[in-house]
Amino acid sequence: MSTDTTVPPAAAPPPSVSGAVTGLSLRQLAWRRLKRDKAAMFAMWLLVAIFLTALLAPLITNLLGVNPYDFDLTSLDPAQGSLPAGPWGGASLDHPLGVEPLTGRDLLSRLLFGARVSLFIACTAVIMIAIIGTTIGIIAGYKGGWLDTVIGRTTDLLLAFPFILAILALSPVLTQRLQAMGLSPESSRVVYLVLVFAFFGWPYLARLIRGQVLSLREREFVEAAVANGAPTRRILFREVLPNLWAPIIVYVTISLPTLIATEAALAYLGVGIVEPTPSWGKMLADSVRYFAVVPTYLFIPGTALFIVVYAFNVFGDAVRDALDPRTGRNVR
Amino acid sequence: MTAPLDEQELILRADNLVKHFPITKGAIRKKTVGMVSAVNGISIGVAHGETLGLVGESGCGKSTAGRSILKLIEPTSGSLTFEGRDITGLSRHEMVPLRRELQMIFQDPFSSLNPRHTVGSIISAPYQVQKINPPGGVKKAVQETMERVGLNPEHYNRYPNEFSGGQRQRIGIARAVTLQPKVVVCDEPVSALDVSIQAQVINLLQDLQDEFGIAYIFVAHDLSVVRQMSHRVAVMYLGSIVEMTDRDTLYAAPLHPYTHALMSAVPVPDPQVEATRERIVLQGDLPSPINLPSGCVFNTRCFRAQDRCRVEVPELLEVTPGHKVACFFPITEGLGHDLIKGPDSGFVEQPTREVQPPSEVIADMESSGSARPLGADYARDGDYEERDF
Repeated sequence: MSTDTTVPPAAAPPPSVSGAVTGLSLRQLAWRRLKRDKAAMFAMWLLVAIFLTALLAPLITNLLGVNPYDFDLTSLDPAQGSLPAGPWGGASLDHPLGVEPLTGRDLLSRLLFGARVSLFIACTAVIMIAIIGTTIGIIAGYKGGWLDTVIGRTTDLLLAFPFILAILALSPVLTQRLQAMGLSPESSRVVYLVLVFAFFGWPYLARLIRGQVLSLREREFVEAAVANGAPTRRILFREVLPNLWAPIIVYVTISLPTLIATEAALAYLGVGIVEPTPSWGKMLADSVRYFAVVPTYLFIPGTALFIVVYAFNVFGDAVRDALDPRTGRNVR
Repeated sequence: MTAPLDEQELILRADNLVKHFPITKGAIRKKTVGMVSAVNGISIGVAHGETLGLVGESGCGKSTAGRSILKLIEPTSGSLTFEGRDITGLSRHEMVPLRRELQMIFQDPFSSLNPRHTVGSIISAPYQVQKINPPGGVKKAVQETMERVGLNPEHYNRYPNEFSGGQRQRIGIARAVTLQPKVVVCDEPVSALDVSIQAQVINLLQDLQDEFGIAYIFVAHDLSVVRQMSHRVAVMYLGSIVEMTDRDTLYAAPLHPYTHALMSAVPVPDPQVEATRERIVLQGDLPSPINLPSGCVFNTRCFRAQDRCRVEVPELLEVTPGHKVACFFPITEGLGHDLIKGPDSGFVEQPTREVQPPSEVIADMESSGSARPLGADYARDGDYEERDF
């Protein structure tokens, strides 16, 4: 397993020439193909930068002397009904991206802290989806029989579920349950979102993995492992799982932006993060009311969301092409 | 029934081995609606350092037989004996220590190697699974094996995608022989390779046998490859063995009509002989293994079939010492015009012995239509040194 990490190595070995001893794994070959894709590399570094910024948000806001929770009524114009004073949503040296109407909270810091929440929910959910979906998919595909049938019907059921409606309906009950278990109102919302995303998200991946395992199971190297006397555990983790990294990575990179966007949509619908914690979805939902007078307020979280989702899609597409060159748009 | 070899000598033996695959219907409550009779009670065995060729057309159950003998798939019935010990009822866990003695070489060098593992980790897998630590370490042992099978030991850290088909097959062979097993089942080990590479791989297998005394069960549909490899040959048709004897007898004087038909499908490298020799073209297709014909399995296509063949099942009987055949009317008189012709004989008489246009030649023995008339190449190239048996 140590040879298979999801993070590609920083530098691939030099091209293999005759006499070179080290070989190129499929992963290394994929990384080389990915490196040649300029758009994908740009998207990747952009995402790295965004993740770093989100991670270091408290540090950055401290340096700038702003924070997402403090009201700054001096930056508002009481004559206009507490809209931000000045053009561009009240952008100034103190508040580079302007301030929130009515409260005067700094938008840059709210954007950065909002990124933390949005990315945390999406990443945690996608990790859970990857673990649950892969495990269940491998079991269904390898064991087959009645277990496969039961899992298949369960995934069908979950896929057919109107999941946005379910999330809206379950939200009050489940967040209260979580709070009764000792979580704060704020973290109970986060945990709730992660759990429902994971619950409704794994069937897609499980199906994908099951199909892959069905074909891998029949490959002769699995039979060779049996002929060596390898236990099932070793066959699944040493022989089958390494061949599943490609679909897992592709699924993760493709579904991350969907989750970020869904989180925003749910926040807009009122399920999601509560005040005073910022999130991109909630910023979008609030800003709509002020669009006519303070359009920048809408554009700031909107642009951030667009950039992240688009970068993930470009990167995810490129990863898929790199891992399986035959399906690529630009076969080289 | 006496076996050609002393029964005691057989290191791995299958008696009355049967493998039926159920055909099921229904998603949750599975009902068995039929059976694919892949292997129907075959009795074979190999002695130390011997090669038993298992030959027959596609779909005759020879690969299933090879896998059942190793208990890679659980036989439906019959008994398996390894070194005098009954291994039929052993669980998968109990089989683990025996796996170092019983190995397999696979047909497809692309699907038999995990693309995510290095050559080193593929060949060292048997050591890890069997928890064997050879003197000098696993890596040294693996590199010695790599050198032995003709791979560069420096390629230890390379991946299978960097190798050609022949080299990949050598990796598969290295994995199978690195623990020096006693029996190796070779499932069409060369049929996916180029002819020139086939010769190299066959020579390698023979050298390994001479060196380590490995017994091979060599499954193939290519008669010339089997002839090159085998000491004894068993001919399979539709899950049954129809003829079994030593190689020279089988190729010189086959008794079963099916064996004759198989032999006549091998092209002769001499164009004049090729044009004038007689061929037996079997009529029809291989019957479905779901509905086996009554009586002799071959009666639907046999050119000597009589009424008796459609009712009674011929036993595999020893007709001359060491030569077993399952036929009521074995061909003892040699091929010619004095063949006994049954009522719906499939025998096609060649009208003249004149040169024929090449368009209408050759019985296609592979029902898939992918007959590989490679025998010519072997005979012509002289790639193989003849071995003494």
